[in-house]
Amino acid sequence: MIEFDDVTITYADQSAPVLAHVNLRIPEGELVLVVGRTGSGKSTLLSAVNGLVPHFTGGTLQGRVLVDGRDTAHHAPRDLADLVGVVPQDPMSGFVTDTVEDELAYGMECLGLAPDIMRRRVEETLDLLGLADIRQRPLRTLSGGQRQRVAIGAVLAAHPRILVLDEPTSALDPGAAEEVLAALQRLVHDLGVTVLMAEHRLERVVQYADQVIIVPGGGAPVIQGSPAEVMQHAPIAPPVVELGRLAGWDPMPLSVRDARRAAGSLRDLLVGQQPRLRVVTDSRVETVRTSRLGVRYGSHPALRGVDITIHDGEIVALMGRNGAGKSTLLNALVGVGPTRTGDVLIKDRDPAALGDAELIDTVGLVPQEPADLLEATSVAEECRIADRDARCEPGTTRALLALMAPEILDGTHPRDLSEGQRLLLVLCLILAARPPLLLLDEPTRGLDYPTKTRLARVLADLAAAGHAIALATHDVELVAEIADRVIILAEGEVVADGSTSDVVMSSPMFAPQVAKILSPQEWLTVGQVEHALARLPEPEVGAG
Amino acid sequence: MGEARWLHPGAWWIWALGMAAAASRTTNPLLLIALIAVAALVVHARRPDAPWGRSFRFFLQLGLIVIVVRMAVQVLLVSSVGTTTILDLPGITLPEWLAGIRIGGDVRLESLLMGFYDGLRLATILICIGAANSLASPTRLLKSVPAGLYELGVSIVVALTFTPQLVADVERLKTARRLRGRRTTGPRAIAAAAIPVLEGALERSVTLAAAMDSRGYGRRGPESARRRRGTTGLLLLGLVAACIGTYGLVSAGSPALMGLPLLVLGLGSAVGAVVWSGRSQVRTRYRPDPWSLPEWLVSAAGVTVAGIFTVAAWSGMSGMVASFDPPTWPSLPLAALIGVAIAATAAVTAPPLPRSMRMQRELVEVGA
Repeated sequence: MIEFDDVTITYADQSAPVLAHVNLRIPEGELVLVVGRTGSGKSTLLSAVNGLVPHFTGGTLQGRVLVDGRDTAHHAPRDLADLVGVVPQDPMSGFVTDTVEDELAYGMECLGLAPDIMRRRVEETLDLLGLADIRQRPLRTLSGGQRQRVAIGAVLAAHPRILVLDEPTSALDPGAAEEVLAALQRLVHDLGVTVLMAEHRLERVVQYADQVIIVPGGGAPVIQGSPAEVMQHAPIAPPVVELGRLAGWDPMPLSVRDARRAAGSLRDLLVGQQPRLRVVTDSRVETVRTSRLGVRYGSHPALRGVDITIHDGEIVALMGRNGAGKSTLLNALVGVGPTRTGDVLIKDRDPAALGDAELIDTVGLVPQEPADLLEATSVAEECRIADRDARCEPGTTRALLALMAPEILDGTHPRDLSEGQRLLLVLCLILAARPPLLLLDEPTRGLDYPTKTRLARVLADLAAAGHAIALATHDVELVAEIADRVIILAEGEVVADGSTSDVVMSSPMFAPQVAKILSPQEWLTVGQVEHALARLPEPEVGAG
Repeated sequence: MGEARWLHPGAWWIWALGMAAAASRTTNPLLLIALIAVAALVVHARRPDAPWGRSFRFFLQLGLIVIVVRMAVQVLLVSSVGTTTILDLPGITLPEWLAGIRIGGDVRLESLLMGFYDGLRLATILICIGAANSLASPTRLLKSVPAGLYELGVSIVVALTFTPQLVADVERLKTARRLRGRRTTGPRAIAAAAIPVLEGALERSVTLAAAMDSRGYGRRGPESARRRRGTTGLLLLGLVAACIGTYGLVSAGSPALMGLPLLVLGLGSAVGAVVWSGRSQVRTRYRPDPWSLPEWLVSAAGVTVAGIFTVAAWSGMSGMVASFDPPTWPSLPLAALIGVAIAATAAVTAPPLPRSMRMQRELVEVGA
């Protein structure tokens, strides 16, 4: 269905090719997963399938890309639209119309389908993706999962035979992600659609894939193979595979179900062992307390009667569906957004009443788009500005950055940093003023595993240094790794507030893979299991 | 009136352009303020809860700036009318070889009024356009634009999403500035936000254009390349002819043939080109917005107000031109008032929006 024939892609302003000598054959009706680090050329590979590279992006493409026999060199993306449907990373950025129904029809209008066929297909698509209830709704008002499903539906209604998706679940809560993946699987199984999908969250998708393509980046050769085979040695792997490697399982299980079958002996080994917990400073000094906090957007209440407390040195994860009020809560904690009711006190001060300069001494927020905070043309300049804003010793921010991300150079333009590096830079800018409370909104969206590991380490260090940290996230694996406490929000109310293991163990939605595999034992991460196994031979020695 | 649905965006534009045309025919401040009030009333009643629906306020502010700038220019540069001095500023007259322009000098009431009336007229025209912007869904309007012009179509969609997104971006960056402990108001804050905002908007525009292309926007039938060149050529020629024709029409002393006939010929061939290239398009419409009674009523209201004002101005009806020398309180011509009232009926004759698109928060945005 899709053939890459010795393809080399070089962008106009770069000397080295993004992809070099790529040879791929993707047969019809397969679900193919494309993995690789941020900036490795995954998106380029995907965009080459419908000719957006090089028709839209510029640059040169050597070799040949054949899609169902059509050469992308001679066919513009619009001429491949009946064959290839592309769902962009941020669905909102690709929406052309205002409402769900119009958006579903748009592609078909462009292809010139007859009105009666369009009517029928819109109805079919609404049913297939479960969008019938929201057909009249303006796209803007949809939740992340709904938007993603609309974006898929909008492409699907035109009946393309190939579907290309760039990180379809990265912005979604676990429930919405499963919805989207279930819809995709149905397409592959029932309609024989070929799906090509890039995704960082392997734990969510690898079990569904028929094939995995690894794009190592830097022009290194692309690897294609069956998931089990590729996952044995892949540099990036979901927890289930890491656990499998640790336990030496063969064949490598890819789903929780397969892993549970293989895990009997591991569970026996671990009987009587206790997971090691992160040492939490026991100060119990309150950093922030809210009481009866409420926020409304127009007539829609986004938060209702929220009472939470966070202590110094604690890492708290805010979880919940898209639109449950996580971001609104973080915004209210820094005193931005619509007027609130109730009280917020950070170290006995109300953030909304603080002056601009005082605010950053009290609380720092890394927003969902960290790049919003960047304004200078070089990293060094950015750090200088942060020093000045925070009224601290010149060089403080730069030193902090050197500690967190030593590889970032002074002269680099912030835009040229990778997503993870940019996040760390913004984190440093915020930390310059040493706010006792640090907030992060969806910090791991679009981050690959190595970057995530690094972020987790940085956050743990900051908590150890006494910062209280709250992060809103959908990433259950990250939460299992670093959070001391989890607060779950639903419809603007707190529905659960307790220690990480208590809250996530009891929830099928928020439990990490390791917990699912080893339940009823209470393990959360591969690290805990590894640590416990290492102590096994001499149980009496080396308790630290 | 009638069931809840979207009014055809073309009807809103006809109505708003009619209002703007009416405004351009008068300098009577009372009539102009009445037109602004009608625009505000209709926007308030029928604008959707969407990014572009909120843009009206910005047009009001823009109108205010236009008035102030126009008055300042009048007073500081061309202060030559009237006798009632209300403020004595030092002034210099530039030498003869610099056209003898006067800078500064006496501020006279008549001159101020003249600037105000003229500025108000310009502001009203802008606000009427702003009303259309806020009432008519740009994406729905695009559905009605002939699809024959691929590049034009893409640029229109991109441009239309540009402004509302820009406004949203400014808000986001204001938040971002607060997070870094900066002032969020004042000229420096705005200047600092300008570049990232423009960058973001440009990036999004490119993404949107790519998405439209990926979904097949602008696909053509087979024998298109030659035809496309033909239509593009015809369109260009037509537009050039229309431009020359317009020039011939408005400038005295050009040959009669250069006026109206050339304009008609030019416009004709441009329209022909669009229609012809539209034929090779494969595009179809999904549930197009109907053009029925409400559309007729709304656009008729706009055309009527334009017609009444034009005739009134042409026949020299008193009160259409406000007198500033001597400054007198303007009278209100009844016929024009009736026209304004007819324009206001759009607030009622247009069908209400679907419930999900109605404005949630009732913001009071009246007054310029």
